[in-house]
Amino acid sequence: MDQLKPHDPTMMRQTPFHSRVARACEINQWDDWKGYTTPLAYTEVEQEYFAIRNSTGVFDLSPMTKYHIGGPDAEAFLNRVMTRDIRKLKPGRVGYTVWCNDAGQVMDDGTLFNFGDNNYRLCSYTRVMDWLQWSALGFDVSIEDVTADVAALAVQGPTSCAVLKAMGCAGLEGLKPFGLTHFDFEGVELMVSRTGFTGDLGYELWIVPEQAELLWDRLFAAGKDLGIRATGGEALELARIEAGFLQAGVDFVPAEEVVRQGRSRSPFELGLDWLVDLDKGVFNGRRALLEERMHGSRYRFVFLDVEGNKPAEHSFILKGRKEIGIVTSAAWCPTAKSNIAFAQIDARYGKAGEELIAEVYYQRELAWTRVLAKCRVLRSPVFNSPKRRQTPAPDY
Amino acid sequence: MAKNYDAIVIGSGHNGLTNAAYLAKAGLNVLVVEKNPYIGGATVSRQLHEDWLYSNCSYVCSLLRPEITRDLELPRHGLQIVPYGGSLSFCSNGDHFGDYPDHERQYREMARHSVRDANAYERYAADVMKQTRLIRRFLLSTPPDPTSLKLRDLREMKRMKDAFTELGEEGLADALRFWTMSIGDFLDEYFETDVIKAHLAGSGIIGTALGVYSPGTAYVLLHHYMGDVDGTVGAWGFARGGMGAVSAALAASLQSFRGEIRVDAEVEQITVKRGRVTGVALTSGEEIKADIVVSNLDPKRTFLNVMDSKDLPAEVVTKARNFKIRGSSGKLNIALDGLPSFNGIPSDSPLMHTDMHVLDSLERMERAYDDWKSGTWSQDPYVDMLIPSLVDPTMAPPGKHMMTVFVQYAPPKVRGEEWSDADRDAFGKTVIDQIANYSPDFKDLILHCEVRTPRELEAEVGLTEGNIFMGELTFDQLLFNRPFPGYAQYRGPVTGMYMCGSGTHPGGGVMAAPGANAAREILLDLRRPAMVPEAYADD
Amino acid sequence: MTDAHYDAVVVGGGHNGLVCGAYLAKAGRKVLLLERRAEVGGAAVTREFADGFSVSACAQWLQQLHPDVESDLKLSRHGLELAARDLDTIALAQDGAHVTIAANGVSGAALSDRDAERYARFSRQMFKFARLLARVSERRVPQLTEAGWRDRIAMLSLALGMKRLGRADMRDLLRIGLINIYDVMEEHFDNDLLKGALSLDATLGTHLGPRSPNSVISFLHRRMGEVFGYRGPALVRGGMGGLSQALAAAASACGVEIRTEVQVTSIDAAADGVSGITLAGGERIRAPIVVSNADPKTTFEILLGLANVEAGVARRVHNYRMQGNVAKLHLALDGLPDFVGLDESQLGQRLVVAPGMDAMELAFNAAKYGEYSPNPVLDISIPSLSDDSLAPAGSHVLTALVQYAPYSLKAGWETGKEAFTQLAIETLKRYAPNLRETIIASELLTPVDLEREFHLGGGHWHHGEIGLDQLLVARPFPGASRYAMPVPGLFLCGAGAHPGGGVMGLAGRNAAREIIAHKPGKSRT
Repeated sequence: MDQLKPHDPTMMRQTPFHSRVARACEINQWDDWKGYTTPLAYTEVEQEYFAIRNSTGVFDLSPMTKYHIGGPDAEAFLNRVMTRDIRKLKPGRVGYTVWCNDAGQVMDDGTLFNFGDNNYRLCSYTRVMDWLQWSALGFDVSIEDVTADVAALAVQGPTSCAVLKAMGCAGLEGLKPFGLTHFDFEGVELMVSRTGFTGDLGYELWIVPEQAELLWDRLFAAGKDLGIRATGGEALELARIEAGFLQAGVDFVPAEEVVRQGRSRSPFELGLDWLVDLDKGVFNGRRALLEERMHGSRYRFVFLDVEGNKPAEHSFILKGRKEIGIVTSAAWCPTAKSNIAFAQIDARYGKAGEELIAEVYYQRELAWTRVLAKCRVLRSPVFNSPKRRQTPAPDY
Repeated sequence: MAKNYDAIVIGSGHNGLTNAAYLAKAGLNVLVVEKNPYIGGATVSRQLHEDWLYSNCSYVCSLLRPEITRDLELPRHGLQIVPYGGSLSFCSNGDHFGDYPDHERQYREMARHSVRDANAYERYAADVMKQTRLIRRFLLSTPPDPTSLKLRDLREMKRMKDAFTELGEEGLADALRFWTMSIGDFLDEYFETDVIKAHLAGSGIIGTALGVYSPGTAYVLLHHYMGDVDGTVGAWGFARGGMGAVSAALAASLQSFRGEIRVDAEVEQITVKRGRVTGVALTSGEEIKADIVVSNLDPKRTFLNVMDSKDLPAEVVTKARNFKIRGSSGKLNIALDGLPSFNGIPSDSPLMHTDMHVLDSLERMERAYDDWKSGTWSQDPYVDMLIPSLVDPTMAPPGKHMMTVFVQYAPPKVRGEEWSDADRDAFGKTVIDQIANYSPDFKDLILHCEVRTPRELEAEVGLTEGNIFMGELTFDQLLFNRPFPGYAQYRGPVTGMYMCGSGTHPGGGVMAAPGANAAREILLDLRRPAMVPEAYADD
Repeated sequence: MTDAHYDAVVVGGGHNGLVCGAYLAKAGRKVLLLERRAEVGGAAVTREFADGFSVSACAQWLQQLHPDVESDLKLSRHGLELAARDLDTIALAQDGAHVTIAANGVSGAALSDRDAERYARFSRQMFKFARLLARVSERRVPQLTEAGWRDRIAMLSLALGMKRLGRADMRDLLRIGLINIYDVMEEHFDNDLLKGALSLDATLGTHLGPRSPNSVISFLHRRMGEVFGYRGPALVRGGMGGLSQALAAAASACGVEIRTEVQVTSIDAAADGVSGITLAGGERIRAPIVVSNADPKTTFEILLGLANVEAGVARRVHNYRMQGNVAKLHLALDGLPDFVGLDESQLGQRLVVAPGMDAMELAFNAAKYGEYSPNPVLDISIPSLSDDSLAPAGSHVLTALVQYAPYSLKAGWETGKEAFTQLAIETLKRYAPNLRETIIASELLTPVDLEREFHLGGGHWHHGEIGLDQLLVARPFPGASRYAMPVPGLFLCGAGAHPGGGVMGLAGRNAAREIIAHKPGKSRT
């Protein structure tokens, strides 16, 4: 057993960037993210959001759960865990993936980094050590929670590449989406991956905690003239909805934490069919997903463009008068100028272009209004910047 | 000339009072008779040392059905439940495991011991909650008779079947596993750390004559998880003023419906004529007439003490004799001169307000049970101790404290012999020494200590063999088997005779559900309108 | 790769594997059965442990073999012969005041009339309950939430069976079904030996003491033998190997191809199901169906590999409780020892040392902490009294199940084995004072030895604990309780499948029925 460490009884955590984050957070809006003190907003949500869309937003994502997975069977192990074919994820690449339990129900999504030589990093919102350990039976792998050992920043937006180059990441424009590369930063290794949660050009920086503050300082110095701005959780939430990214615990309940039968969702039901490779061999959930393919899904995940400008938060979705689903995430999206909702509806409905109704409630000065807002099923997320894919990365 | 009553309830425990309150609310003329000079049964606050109040039997509250609390207006009658979050287990190496109510803080603390366990807890909590939801919906209802073809029984059986089939094929098998597994085996499927397993296993054995590796203890865990405080399922709280506040509020509610209570009135016998009850005879010689007599006593006392075997079917006498009611626990109530310090726990830690336990491995817990099996109290006992005076200023003078210590295991007899005073004192010393292992200044702070073995519990409260649940919580005595098959619907074998104590479904703990369920059946027999609330929907 | 194409390959020639193979072949399937040892039989074998001395190495009594299996496979025609049957069980007392449990009642010097009377009633009731359990055991466990018509009929007939018990017995079954044998014994009897002997039946081969809830169901499990026509234990002529030889002959006659001394190193599977097996040496044999007679852990962890199943299944397998608790003692005797108060005809019966339930519970306590019982309980047979093929003339063999002997002995069996052997012999000596003088050779098979010799994972002869959490819809684990495993084409036919351990042949027969009814392509049946 590990040596038991003496501890501070509150055990509250601060990210390696905390001193800088605290200085930047001028409006005292804090949140507890997995035990870490993190800002909801630094100055003003709109400004922060537009930094992501217009220049560069910096988000401290150190609290993201991170696992190092190594050992001779690491690739085979991950291939059994993930619904995607991990063998196709080359060294130096990052993949977005989901994983399921045996019932084919989604436990979480995340990004998987292939460092080569059977060394991987898995980054996820929820904690999955338990499931990874169970999945490791029969494999020669080691799994380590490295959340506290890696400091991470998301640097997202049209000027992000320019900022990073100004900081010294020479040649970064050549990095392809979902690629990763390394730079020397004051004698330690700075890893940069072209990944993110915003749907735009963007990078994520990974470094040892000891150099975190210096990295922050250098980054902001480099971006001073390129519109760099620290962004909090609320701005990111807007960006992710606009870009169509799911959030565990919001858009689905992690499968093994579900209490009530039937409340979890399969990848097909979350619109993640493209992440499922039924032909790659055994993986967790395969049998159930094959059955689902044969017999049909219960739900369909759709993006809705809702009439009006009131976010359809927690709305029922109707077809005619019939209740066919619910909204899980909703926001007015300032760049796309759309009122977007993620909804899970009865699988018989929701083909692209179909008209549905969202039952929206909103309040103005204690008066509640109920609107039966028309909405249209979209083919894809409303924010889909070509910059996200361009290589070499454009200079804003 | 003695007054005639519609119904007499024997025993003023919380279930007797609840039952009487519902009958009175329905318009019946009700009398509760109590042998002790004070009401409450095992739900009492006693002033046994100067200005200290002891919840000297039951000591914390979670199971009390909120439907009843609200329906009988207990808050208006003075009941206040103050929730305390969390719990704590000490390790013998000086460390501890703190189970904080805040989810993330609990994670951090658990991760200090094992990252994997901390993560596995999510699944564990969800899986236990699945089973808890299964049982909760049956607490405020009368169990069906599975051998009956009556519409009502069939409907209730179907409701049970539906609750299970709702889980799906694999979920159903998992439910079967959960209900028949030992808490130790169950926890082994989730956790790797000894102290975490030991900590969680406590709820599987409290009040139970089983060990952590006895099959069936996973269910007992549910019995401690199925309550709630203000909608938080599994939460526990203090009754302000001690557990006697629960009885006091119930009594006030009863009296607001013109029900009566007589203390110092011990029943000698339930009188029966031609297969019908006619009332009760008190030990004083007084007889009180009523067509309905409800016993809040445990099944053994009900059928073997206050009823004449010639009034009963032989089968019932045999069943009562075979009823399993072995006591397994003892209790220390301690007046303290100040707040004791505990290894590694700051005195202002929220953990000080919670249940504190001392055993740090399943093996130690199981060995504690082995002692019980061989007829002695545990030499390395499990304790569940709390200092309610930290939360409730009415329990002790300012700066002083009251500590309640629930101890497991203590056998109903010591190697086959009655407990002697010397045994009791030796038991008390074992427990105090145990606590002192984790609290260096504890012994010096003791001003007064009441030691209660099963003997005292039986003598004072009337709990046969000192069993706090009025009958063991094994499957032969649960649901439609509680107290015996064929008599699980609160009706006794004699017309007009009913049972309302914890010896009936859904069993022990300060739940008040048996009392309310029995009232429902009585009112049904009297063709009176239903009074007793239904359980709240989906939690 | 061999070209011979089989419909099914059975891995392991234990009695269930042989039964399953025979039924499959009878239904016209081309079946290959592979056995690692030189002779088939698995845990039902005869073992020569000393020169000229043979015993049933693992299972020693025949008491549950299903009559349909016996007649369908014409086992007597294929050489099955009983050396003795309907034996009594004699609970030994050191002072010779033994208690005899026979088919027609109990008797004994110290036994009260009341106990005798109650036993008759108790025995009748248990028979009724066991009959119900037998009905459940004779078919696959019904699907409960998504029941098809076959399952609905089965459930209905079960419900009717319950009803037919009568109200009083139905209530009793619902009351005691999930509890411990200890309390049930206390309700009925006074005599310690009687209670001890019956409790032994409830706990033999399990990780349960008499006070452990669930021990009533394991008692009923054993009592099923009565429903199948055994009015007491029987001895197979030539030892249990005699049964296996008859089964092998029957299976061969049905067309099963049996290969011995071939070790299956893996069950080969891809995502869509099994494709066959691979032998040590690399030979691969293809078949669309592989039937494993190995225990669930061996099947999944060693033969299939947990990497080839989904993680939830791997977790189930990992959590499967399968650690044996029984050792087997074999003694070669140059004469018949004198047991206090027993004559020679009684010596040929089943003898048990279980001097009361509290003593048994104490014996069990040790096992919980990885220690062997300081005062073990024993189930003893001297088969040579009715079968002269087992020992030279005038000599005898004594075999005994010795409980509790936990697989994971903290001190390790290398050091513990000799001490435990002596302890077992000393325990016997209390009842047969001159035993030691008659011993010319001895052998103790610990659970670790049983695992090595007979490939019983964890040395557990029931292929997993007989507890309600591992029975019926949960045997071996939820989602795999109907012989078809969560890998298409893979079936389980051993004691790890419903209805569990004991030489019954039902797991093998039921599995064969499932395989015959199985339609490839439909992953769930």
